[in-house]
Amino acid sequence: MSAMTPAVFAEHGLSEAEYDKILDILGREPNLTELGVFSVMWSEHCSYKSSKKWLKKLPTEAPWVICGPGENAGVIDIGDGQAAVFKMESHNHPSYIEPYQGAATGVGGILRDVFTMGARPVANMNVLRFGDASHPKTRHLVAGVVSGIGGYGNCVGVPTLGGECAFHGSYDGNILVNAMTVGIADADKIFYSAATGAGNLVVYVGSKTGRDGIHGATMASAEFTENSDEKRPTVQVGDPFTEKLLIEACLELMATDVIVAIQDMGAAGLTSSSFEMASKGGVGVDLNLDQVPAREENMTAYEFLLSESQERMLMVLKPGEEDTARKIFEKWELDFSVVGRLTDTGRMVIREKGEVAADLPIDPLALASPEYDRPWVVAPPPADVCAADVPAPGPIFALLKNLMGSPDLCSKRWIWEQYDHLVMGDTVQRPGGDAAVVRVRDTQKALAITTDCTPRYCLADPVMGGKQAVAETWRNLTAVGAQPLAITDNLNFGNPERPEIMGQFVGAIEGIGAACTVLEVPVVSGNVSLYNETNGEAILPTPAIGAVGLLTDYTQAVGLAFPGDGLAVYLIGETQGHLGQSLYLREIAGREEGKAPPVDLDRERKIGDFVRDEIGRGVITSCHDISDGGLLVALAEMALAANIGITITAGGGSLSDHAWAFGEDQARYLVTAAGKHFVALAEVARVPVTCIGRTGGVALVWGDQTLTLDELRAAHEDWLPDYMAG
Amino acid sequence: MKAKIHVTLKNGVHDPQGQAIGHALESLGFDGVGDVRQGKYIEIDLVDSTEAAAQEKVAAMCRQLLANTVIENYIIEIDG
Amino acid sequence: MNSAVIVFPGTNRERDMVLALSAAGARPVEVWHRETRLPAVDLIVIPGGFSYGDYLRAGCMAGHSPIIREVKKQAEAGVHVLGVCNGFQVLTETGLLPGALLRNAHLKFICKDVHLKVENNGTPFLSGYESGAVMSVPVAHHDGNYFADEATLDALDGEGRVAVRYCGPDGTVTRYHNPNGSQRNIAGIYNKRGNILGMMPHPEDAIDKLLGGIGGKPLFDGLAGALGPTS
Repeated sequence: MSAMTPAVFAEHGLSEAEYDKILDILGREPNLTELGVFSVMWSEHCSYKSSKKWLKKLPTEAPWVICGPGENAGVIDIGDGQAAVFKMESHNHPSYIEPYQGAATGVGGILRDVFTMGARPVANMNVLRFGDASHPKTRHLVAGVVSGIGGYGNCVGVPTLGGECAFHGSYDGNILVNAMTVGIADADKIFYSAATGAGNLVVYVGSKTGRDGIHGATMASAEFTENSDEKRPTVQVGDPFTEKLLIEACLELMATDVIVAIQDMGAAGLTSSSFEMASKGGVGVDLNLDQVPAREENMTAYEFLLSESQERMLMVLKPGEEDTARKIFEKWELDFSVVGRLTDTGRMVIREKGEVAADLPIDPLALASPEYDRPWVVAPPPADVCAADVPAPGPIFALLKNLMGSPDLCSKRWIWEQYDHLVMGDTVQRPGGDAAVVRVRDTQKALAITTDCTPRYCLADPVMGGKQAVAETWRNLTAVGAQPLAITDNLNFGNPERPEIMGQFVGAIEGIGAACTVLEVPVVSGNVSLYNETNGEAILPTPAIGAVGLLTDYTQAVGLAFPGDGLAVYLIGETQGHLGQSLYLREIAGREEGKAPPVDLDRERKIGDFVRDEIGRGVITSCHDISDGGLLVALAEMALAANIGITITAGGGSLSDHAWAFGEDQARYLVTAAGKHFVALAEVARVPVTCIGRTGGVALVWGDQTLTLDELRAAHEDWLPDYMAG
Repeated sequence: MKAKIHVTLKNGVHDPQGQAIGHALESLGFDGVGDVRQGKYIEIDLVDSTEAAAQEKVAAMCRQLLANTVIENYIIEIDG
Repeated sequence: MNSAVIVFPGTNRERDMVLALSAAGARPVEVWHRETRLPAVDLIVIPGGFSYGDYLRAGCMAGHSPIIREVKKQAEAGVHVLGVCNGFQVLTETGLLPGALLRNAHLKFICKDVHLKVENNGTPFLSGYESGAVMSVPVAHHDGNYFADEATLDALDGEGRVAVRYCGPDGTVTRYHNPNGSQRNIAGIYNKRGNILGMMPHPEDAIDKLLGGIGGKPLFDGLAGALGPTS
């Protein structure tokens, strides 16, 4: 009787239709090892079967794009023969089950994606979303994730320069941990994964293989249930020390000329790396599992192929270059083993102890993986919220203080002080500003890096939320003076088999695509994480965007701190007082309602280009984009960063005070400027500008209200450490 | 033959990790938790012929590498 | 002057250190830990990082590597040795400096700017500072909590071997300004002879006005001035 019962393939996350397709491809029943390979390769995580159709719609090209999506990471030209290599990737499910190791191995995986392409990693960022602060698990998850990210990144010696962290009840059972790495390479020395040249050797380097994380990729593609805690044994354990050696060894080898192709073993390990390499290069592979360095005894072919042991890479070497490579890996005390050879058969033949453990055609598996056009619906737009219907329960400054001490707006110092953000000695702007700025070693250039997403906008209006996520990252880069170049996206959603979730996904992609086109920031890499829901409760749609920009001269970067006393502070952009979906509405009025603020991409572009130009000319001397919490929150952040107060002389005019102060209208910046002609400059450029006050003193002052910086700082800085000390 | 080694902080060396463990136990509702000290446990497989030889070798390992005798004590058990 | 920067597997601040030494004209070369000979240099630096993953104890395994025997020999011959962060941990593990560096009292890794008070500027290491000067430099460590028994601490104090202490911006030494629980706010110490300095903070990450300030620059300029020019 066949071992392949519906229960067995269901356990492997394969549908009956998918199993029938396997029978078609093979012309026979698969054995268990082969079924394991199919299940991993066709999992949502590896195959993007629900999202592929839509991802194709994203703009991915520009003259400065060297390599778009499809490789380990995206590559863009940053001039002088140099390239920036970057990607963001999720490690949500493992981080929920074991926060320290889940987050740590997330960092390890994204680092490998970047140095695999020949780049030295120079910056890490991360996007974190946790459940409601009052949820009993949240504190434990924050502590574990933060120390895991720090534990890994600090040890490998790559600075962690920021990101974002926010809380919402929808993440109670599904936290998000999205890690981003940026690296720098020579533009003519980028390494790809396509394996070519029948007869060339396939080499395994890095750590030994154990039974870690078997079926992690299928875990990341299934909804959680209350029994998910039982999945704990599949969590893999990271070894940042070995990763550091792997970085150095690979970069040393890449400086020679012996590598044909290279790929890291990420989710799904040896299986997906070898299939992807062979498929891209149009070759076959003959692999001998007896040669794979093993950490445990008596491992089966199934376990070897599906193990997710960390810190491992697969590479194809040029003929006769084995010794060159071996010497380098031995110097770094890493395993090095020839595990196979490329063939011209187009098949993957796996041997173990003299027997064929699996024999599969490569292209049907890798390329003919399922693609679904899942049904989707657009949720009806919510009713708008009118400022007159929103209360202002107290003086504006009291409300400001409450907002500045709320979980989403409070200082995240407690987090980023646990990250080494200075190692490598090139950090120009540290965490806490609009974007991190890191100098490109031995040049005047710098990269600006940011991550952002406003999930509550995405829920209210996925298209607008998608636009806003891209626009805000573009604005963040602009605010430090950088020219935005490209983005990576990490699309976190619920179960795509529900049409309303699929509708969120489709809408967000449309919005992201529209913003990328107008703002000229193509998507060069990305990751999709679906099934982020527990017992039918989905997370807020969270298409996290990571963006990279270029400063030709790092000395021209500006920060958000007021540069001195007695300076005029200007508001650039138009203020309508949009309170729908604002943090004010949620935190002060306790309502999650209204429309997302409209994003006018053309206006965004015009205003941002003006700001960037004036930073480059040295006219704008400090800058902060206005986002979560609105105008007054942004102003307070500038004052705190400088420890210089401000007297506000403007007001909302016809708008009510709370709408003016806390509305989340888009495409706005606060700046200080040198010289007396700033208003005239803005008017010539047809950019709306208003002087709203003058810096000085040790408090915020507005009419008869005063809020000292000390009092404001205490509210802003104390919330997170107090919460964590819980 | 197997050597089992416990490495612990000397009395008087402040042990914040132990303290944190104690705090966590209390907050989980375990009462009567006194001082908590934490350390390391190391197992080494040995091919030595006699227990005495193994004991001596492992003691040297502890002094030279496994324990920092400025701050740590060690206890060795040899299982034959 | 010439200098050597020792690189262990897991060292990760060698690039920062090389940059700072080069800027001061100290002509650094990197030396891999498997080497058994050091080039003729005026200064040996053991930089920060996680040598051997800091497994077992921070700095422990590096303290037993071949190159360290050579470092000891050179130090005995009077060559200056600077250990920063993990380098300080290595120096205590080898016994070249007294005491030990324990897990931070708050148990977390900490990366931030701190102020240091120069307690003894009578060595080449701190000759670029006035006595009692306050410098701002960053720390970035998980195990920087300096421990020694009372007799050792008294000896360090009595012999002027405390090089730098954590303090406030105005130089006052209080518990509030102690980032990791170190006894007597000790951030760095000398050996008896004064040719070895171990310190937790990173002067090499504070040598540029636009990249975190220049609080650490006098350390390198002072070393270059006192130890060079030779060859």
